Amino acid sequence: MLVVVIIKLLFIFLVIVAAFLPILTWVERKQSAVMQDRIGANRADIFGIRILGLFHPIADVLKLFTKEDFVPQGANRVLHLLAPVIAMVPAIMGMAVIPYGGVYRFGDLELNLVVADVDWGMLYIFAVGSLATYGAVIAGWASNNNWSLLGAMRVSAQMISYEVTMGLAVVGIFVVYGTLRLPEMAAFQDQTFRLLGFVEVLGLVQTLPVWLDWIRLPMWGIFLQPLGFILFLTCIMAENKRPPFDAPEGESEIVSGYHLEYSGMRFGLFFTSELLEIPVIGMIVATLFLGGWAIPFLSQETIIGVVTPIFGEGFATGFCMILHVATFLLKVIFLIWLQVAIRWTLPRFRYDQIMDLCWKMILPLSIVNVLVTGAVVLFIGGLQ
Amino acid sequence: MVPIEHAIALSGILFAIGTVGAITRRNLIVVLMSIELMLNAVNVALVAFSRLWGNLDGQIFVLMVIVVAAAEVTVGLGIVISLFRNRESVNIEDVSLLKW
Amino acid sequence: MSLLFFYLFAAIAIAGALGMVLNTRNTVAAALSLVLTMVSLGGVYVLLEAYLIGALQILIYAGAIVVLFLFVVMLMNLRQEEFSPQRQRVTKIAGAVIGFLVLLQFLQLIHGAFGEPAAIIEGFGGYRQVGAVLFTDYVLAFEATSLLLLAAMVGAVILAKRKID
Repeated sequence: MLVVVIIKLLFIFLVIVAAFLPILTWVERKQSAVMQDRIGANRADIFGIRILGLFHPIADVLKLFTKEDFVPQGANRVLHLLAPVIAMVPAIMGMAVIPYGGVYRFGDLELNLVVADVDWGMLYIFAVGSLATYGAVIAGWASNNNWSLLGAMRVSAQMISYEVTMGLAVVGIFVVYGTLRLPEMAAFQDQTFRLLGFVEVLGLVQTLPVWLDWIRLPMWGIFLQPLGFILFLTCIMAENKRPPFDAPEGESEIVSGYHLEYSGMRFGLFFTSELLEIPVIGMIVATLFLGGWAIPFLSQETIIGVVTPIFGEGFATGFCMILHVATFLLKVIFLIWLQVAIRWTLPRFRYDQIMDLCWKMILPLSIVNVLVTGAVVLFIGGLQ
Repeated sequence: MVPIEHAIALSGILFAIGTVGAITRRNLIVVLMSIELMLNAVNVALVAFSRLWGNLDGQIFVLMVIVVAAAEVTVGLGIVISLFRNRESVNIEDVSLLKW
Repeated sequence: MSLLFFYLFAAIAIAGALGMVLNTRNTVAAALSLVLTMVSLGGVYVLLEAYLIGALQILIYAGAIVVLFLFVVMLMNLRQEEFSPQRQRVTKIAGAVIGFLVLLQFLQLIHGAFGEPAAIIEGFGGYRQVGAVLFTDYVLAFEATSLLLLAAMVGAVILAKRKID
């Protein structure tokens, strides 16, 4: 039992933390370069071999390790060291409840590809994400610097505001799926639904003609809750202080805000925690809205049913498992691309624009979303 | 299984620490935090009893206590801020004008 | 196993509470000790089968209320607490001793006073059951708390506003 959990943990660490993170720094530089019609960083080489600048993450890490470990004068030394560590922890903890595969049966061994299958998975992610505020706030306070304090105050107000709307934006998803467990949500999205099915449910026609039955969409969150998807993506990007919402670490306004007095590997930890939250955001949004590990139009039974007569059931299940994990990683990569593209397209928002967006635009919209979703679900449930 | 007696003991210890903090400390913010600690101790006791009797009413009460604590902290800190603006201090000995 | 975790969480909670009350120099460190207490109490709730309450404790208390405390401390830029140690010492020691004696009495009172924990149904303390009870039996209390929160929000905005003349 414990061995299985450790193997799943190792998979997450090796794939997401160890493999995705260095490539993510490279992706950020290269993608921004391609979007801005320049070449980007490609000078780091080992013995003269430069593969498109893929050695730059290693160069970056070496540079950060060899810088002086500097604590500003008058700062609280313990808190100054503790802040990046506190910033790092919620990003890693959030990955514990996200399923990167379904439930597979190999003989009498049942493999559920999620580290912790708790009944309240999404609440756990919210709770852990709300602890992320402390890293930035303590960093700003412990630096004994006016600009850092200003950045810390901005960041605490921004993060707790967007936590509220983040929770409200997904209430519609909870109503539609009927569960807070992430593996169950991903399994729910493994099916398809008829696009024009509402016509039959509303009673306008007795039954749909067969040829219209063929217009199906996968039952993904993004098709069931499009407004929820946009609101949630905005809120979770703002929660991560990702540009265009990075007023707290605004480089041109308050000289890096709460990052200011951090250099060397302390800054490296902050940087890593923010970069780590990008795939974590991708994983959460993929599980909630983009179907998680589900392949569109090919449910798990279909794949196993097709492959079993040819190769046998064990191989079919293993093949299905590999396909599902690969689909999940593909969706995460798509969302990473989307976040980096959004970052390098939009200019930074002004701080009062950010707070206005949260309280005056996203909050009313998410409440309306909840109302409409609840009304539709009740209506359809009452008609059936 | 968690012995309920030990959970109640934990609640008692936290409540005692909170009371001592609310009485002896002079910083208004620490007094407010001690009051929060006392409310948390009460929450632990409520949850433990709810588990003992298998009745969910205790947990509903805990939700109400959490909400009331949040509201109280909000207004309390608003008072602290306006007090600080007027007197430049959060020492409770500096706001003893009504003392005889 | 869960017993070991309970003692661990209880010890961390008590250590955090003591750290908050005894920390006279640094208010921010006191607030961070309080966060430690809140998070470990969240763990205690999960061990007592109150899963929704545990998650809400971390989400609300540790994630918002103590951030509010930290925000106010930073806003007022409190660095040092000045106090006169001489006069306070006797009161503090007397208070601690009396508190300790009362605590001992309390612990002796509850010894062996409770029976066996009742058998619980599947899903006890989960969001479904708590939600079902909350929205059927206690819906009036729920609506009243929403009004209370509205009053608190309006009150806080008015109290913290600078005078506009």
